Amino acid sequence: MSEARLMQGNEACAEGAVAAGVRFFGGYPITPSTEIAEYMAVNLPKVGGNFIQMEDEIAGIGVILGASLAGKKALTATSGPGFSLKQELIGYAAIAEIPAVIVNVQRMGPSTGQPTSPAQADIMQARWGTHGDHPMIALSPWTVRESFDVAVKAVNYSERFRTPVIILLDEVVGHLRERVELPSAHEIEIYPRRMPNTTKAQGYKAYTPMEDLVPNPANFGTGYRIHCTGLVHDETGFPSGSPKVTEQTIHRLHEKIMRVQDEITHYDEFFMDDAEIAVVAFGGTARTAYAAVEAARHAGQKVGMVRMMTIWPFAENVMRNLAKRVKGILVPEMNYGQYVYEVERAAAAQARVVSLPKYDAEVFTPDEIKQAIEKLAAEVAK
Amino acid sequence: MRDYETFFRTNRLPHIWCPGCGHGIAMKAIAKAIAKLDLDQDKTVIVSGIGCSSRASGYMDFDTLHTAHGRALPFATGIKLANPELNVIVITGDGDCMAIGGNHFIHAARRNIDLTVILFNNNIYGMTGGQASPLTPVEKKATTAPYGTFDRPFNPCEVAKTAGATYIARGTAFHAAPLVDLIAQGIQNKGFSFIETLVQCPTSYGRRNKMGSAAAMLKDMSETVIPLAAYNRLSTEERNEKLPSGVLHTDVFPEYAAEYAKIIKQAGGDKA
Repeated sequence: MSEARLMQGNEACAEGAVAAGVRFFGGYPITPSTEIAEYMAVNLPKVGGNFIQMEDEIAGIGVILGASLAGKKALTATSGPGFSLKQELIGYAAIAEIPAVIVNVQRMGPSTGQPTSPAQADIMQARWGTHGDHPMIALSPWTVRESFDVAVKAVNYSERFRTPVIILLDEVVGHLRERVELPSAHEIEIYPRRMPNTTKAQGYKAYTPMEDLVPNPANFGTGYRIHCTGLVHDETGFPSGSPKVTEQTIHRLHEKIMRVQDEITHYDEFFMDDAEIAVVAFGGTARTAYAAVEAARHAGQKVGMVRMMTIWPFAENVMRNLAKRVKGILVPEMNYGQYVYEVERAAAAQARVVSLPKYDAEVFTPDEIKQAIEKLAAEVAK
Repeated sequence: MRDYETFFRTNRLPHIWCPGCGHGIAMKAIAKAIAKLDLDQDKTVIVSGIGCSSRASGYMDFDTLHTAHGRALPFATGIKLANPELNVIVITGDGDCMAIGGNHFIHAARRNIDLTVILFNNNIYGMTGGQASPLTPVEKKATTAPYGTFDRPFNPCEVAKTAGATYIARGTAFHAAPLVDLIAQGIQNKGFSFIETLVQCPTSYGRRNKMGSAAAMLKDMSETVIPLAAYNRLSTEERNEKLPSGVLHTDVFPEYAAEYAKIIKQAGGDKA
């Protein structure tokens, strides 16, 4: 551990990314994510990395995908309107299997919305924002320290699965300042860039899946002379119009992540031993929810909390089992109700699932959540 | 000099282009320029966008990247900055480069990053079946301009000049031999190089505009596009009917990746 520092969530996220090996940042200024770009502008050249401010949000992701193909671990950061623009090339990264991390410091929308106000309304966009079927990994930290950890995980997952990974920060955590003690370099596990395991002479094909269903396309400039495209392609990397290849490719893109779903599902449980009500929360809202749960416990409610770090893939098993353990599940989120639909689906009527939406550009107060807990407790007690 | 044919992925040929299309001539010129300069095949990257022209990347035996529509330049910028020792060549079309990719084009030129951009200008969206592009001349017909275009087209070389490109040239599919030299000089320029290459599209452009066969379109090109020196001798009125070819503009300005290397050195990152 290093010595304690006062840090902002956005800064911790940027520092975590650099600690995980990110050496290339491209992006476009946008509130409330700009501190990440500013951190990178100062610090990347110190470690031999590159920062570039691009002409627009699309270029901001395009440039990092190019850098990633040339062998640099790469990240971009944005917020709502910019996240919408980046969707095009998030899909490109998914099908061309290019490691890249996209930070979305969520703010209130739609459109320009309330630019400096918090929201968690990009949950579904993170999953489905780009067109076509594709897998998605999205992680959401709830503390400044965890913003660092999530950045390390996101970079590692993007490299391990060769897929875009989204960090769903929100304005609350992104702009929050907390005292943190960050791990030192030797305490951080880094997943290295995957490399070809055969030579061209041995019949290397850039997109042959390995045992973990992930291919090892060579970095540009290393003599393999690969072809990379956003068209459906076969193991050679060249376009294929075959229905069979198309089906296999789309299936494999999902399966390479879903087969290890439990391993990449990160969450915490609090006070769940005897809980009859569970609050499921994430990001900035989880901080308020924790205070509300504690207060409700003091008032005699058998309530616990499940705090999700992994937002996508959806924690299917966690939620299905949770619904069997409790009578009621409350899902507070700073949106009109998004994540709750997935919880409701997984709960399959085994527990009563209640949405607590918040879309007035303010954060929850603990009392709002406590009252909803009490109301739900009364309902399920009937 | 190495045989340019060895720079093709012959197992990916024949190409998808229509009979009479000029893209093959432009692609061959790029391969010949690479052969002429004896570039390291393993250190040369071809990046393209989307459209007929951009299919060229798949036929060429280098590290090749077929990006999304209009986005070749941001990807190429990332490749060059991440590994400045690579020669990065971009193949794009008139819609790809000047419409959907227009913002990327002016900013890549502004940065003077060491990329060589070859614009295959066939004056039309060919792959989608003949829609008007920002380089379709006025009064020409397209499926989306059935009564003739009235949108004023860009002069891409002038756009590149204003945006800061340090090497600008124009060639044609008819003048295939000089085109090789124009591309080779562009690759040698340490900065943003732009080579507009006029190519015929008999299928989606020529036919609708009654311009005749591919050969007739090439002949027309041979008469319309004249060397810069000859063009400069024409009156203003005469110039309206002609386009200058050859090296149109050069400038000297610091190259982006080299400048960033200085930033890294200043920040101490060269020792990291």
